[in-house]
Amino acid sequence: MSDAVKTDLPAPAPPGVKTAGGIALLWRTRWFGVGFIALLLALWELAAVSGWVPSMSFPRMSAVLATWWEIIISGELVGELLPSILRMFAGYFIGVALGVALGLLMGYFRFFYSLLEPITEVLRPIPSPAYLPIVILFLGIDDEMKIFMISFASLFPVLLNTYSGVRGVDPIQLQTARTFGVTGWKLLWQIVLPSAAPYIFTGMRVSLAVALIVMVISEMVAASSGIGYFILSAQRGFKIREMFAGVLTLAVVGYVLNRLFVAIENKVLAWHYGYTLQQRN
Amino acid sequence: MNASRPFLSIRGIHKAFAAPGGTTVALNGIDLEIARGSFVSIIGPSGCGKSTLLQIMAGLVEPTSGAVFLDGRKVDGPPPSVIYVFQQYTRSLFPWKTVERNVAFGLENRERLSRETIIARTREILALVKLTGFERYFPWQLSGGMQQRVAIARALACRPDVLLMDEPFSAVDALTRVGLQELVRGLWRELGLTVVFVTHDVDEGVYLSSRMVALSRAPARIAIDLPIELPYPRDQIATRALPEYLDYRARLLAQLFADEGLVSTEAA
Repeated sequence: MSDAVKTDLPAPAPPGVKTAGGIALLWRTRWFGVGFIALLLALWELAAVSGWVPSMSFPRMSAVLATWWEIIISGELVGELLPSILRMFAGYFIGVALGVALGLLMGYFRFFYSLLEPITEVLRPIPSPAYLPIVILFLGIDDEMKIFMISFASLFPVLLNTYSGVRGVDPIQLQTARTFGVTGWKLLWQIVLPSAAPYIFTGMRVSLAVALIVMVISEMVAASSGIGYFILSAQRGFKIREMFAGVLTLAVVGYVLNRLFVAIENKVLAWHYGYTLQQRN
Repeated sequence: MNASRPFLSIRGIHKAFAAPGGTTVALNGIDLEIARGSFVSIIGPSGCGKSTLLQIMAGLVEPTSGAVFLDGRKVDGPPPSVIYVFQQYTRSLFPWKTVERNVAFGLENRERLSRETIIARTREILALVKLTGFERYFPWQLSGGMQQRVAIARALACRPDVLLMDEPFSAVDALTRVGLQELVRGLWRELGLTVVFVTHDVDEGVYLSSRMVALSRAPARIAIDLPIELPYPRDQIATRALPEYLDYRARLLAQLFADEGLVSTEAA
């Protein structure tokens, strides 16, 4: 979650540092950090080959990658991953839609705030694994349970951020809309929602990471398919290379999802970045 | 220019605000009859409630007592024919909308017009404020003066009868300000608007207006109500050099300075 945020920041350019030549500048580029990952993986390989770590639970990196490649081309991995991803998105979008709707209502109508704020504060801090057993009791261990778990956990970051965004709408914008006769639901849709969009996106990004976590957890606790199930059953069956391959898969999925999210956010909120940049100057 | 029938009537306006340890009276009985087509500037010491009075006229703020009537009808919420132009144009323009979409905002919501009509009218108004070619820009990509012209264009697109402007030029540099003054003065005469203009700048008020109203310190009453009978067309250099202009200016400044507790007539 946190590394996802970091990678989106522009690389800081320290002032006054003058370096000559391409190699000297390498440490400023992205490749420097990528190279560091490669170095760590090489150390892993070395540690496994030299037997510093018991090889039973610590296979060589090259073996992990080979296994990874095997289960990719055999279609086994996609077979496990695809249902997981579909469940995750189903839950995520339900959670986002409810979170935005409730956040708008709570931010905009005092009535809904008074009604829903206490229950939000009570439910929000419960870690999702804690209510998983209850959900299993009512919804079983199939897709319904997982989608419910994911959407419930994704709801709160979006709700809270949407609420903050609505409360933060510039009153001058609201007054301007009123002078043009725009009130009520039209005001909510035309002014409040776009104005709160940067906050909503922040919440959605947090929720995306949460959705991935809850997806894996719910599949580890109760499932007969899915990437979480795959990782856990590989570990139980001492298929250690498969286990590591599954974890690597999740790293890739998390990374790709975040990149996609950032690309969409940059497109939708292009105005926001321009606006804040201009305000700062 | 001055039709005698009252068009915008402000009757017995009081406004009190909750303050620590009681209430603060901002406006203490304001009566004004504004004729159709006039250009009235309201000046007064800072914090006297000029902006509040303007917001009450716009139907954006409710008076504690008294009422505003527009063409005989009581103002109860923002009337369609009255548009309020905010001082803070950077905050009043919608940053997620392009210039064109900002200007079309009122049209899209006020009237049932076809897409083509809206585009045509938007282009027409943008030409009027000399912003042709900037349709697809975002407001924050423009200079301050241009942004305020977008805000004015957005207001004019709805073809209002009354334009209420709250210190609209206070955040731009002196030359831009002169340009905007000429723009608003031109539009006022061309479109037959009624303008109520809040300013802290006496010179700007006298130059633009057909009438000046000076409020006293809060709790504010009307201290001076002065018709400005300077000849038209007005000119930034010639008009400002007329003895009458200087006389109006001196009288208003004397009132303002006395109110602020500044003892000097030499400064004028």
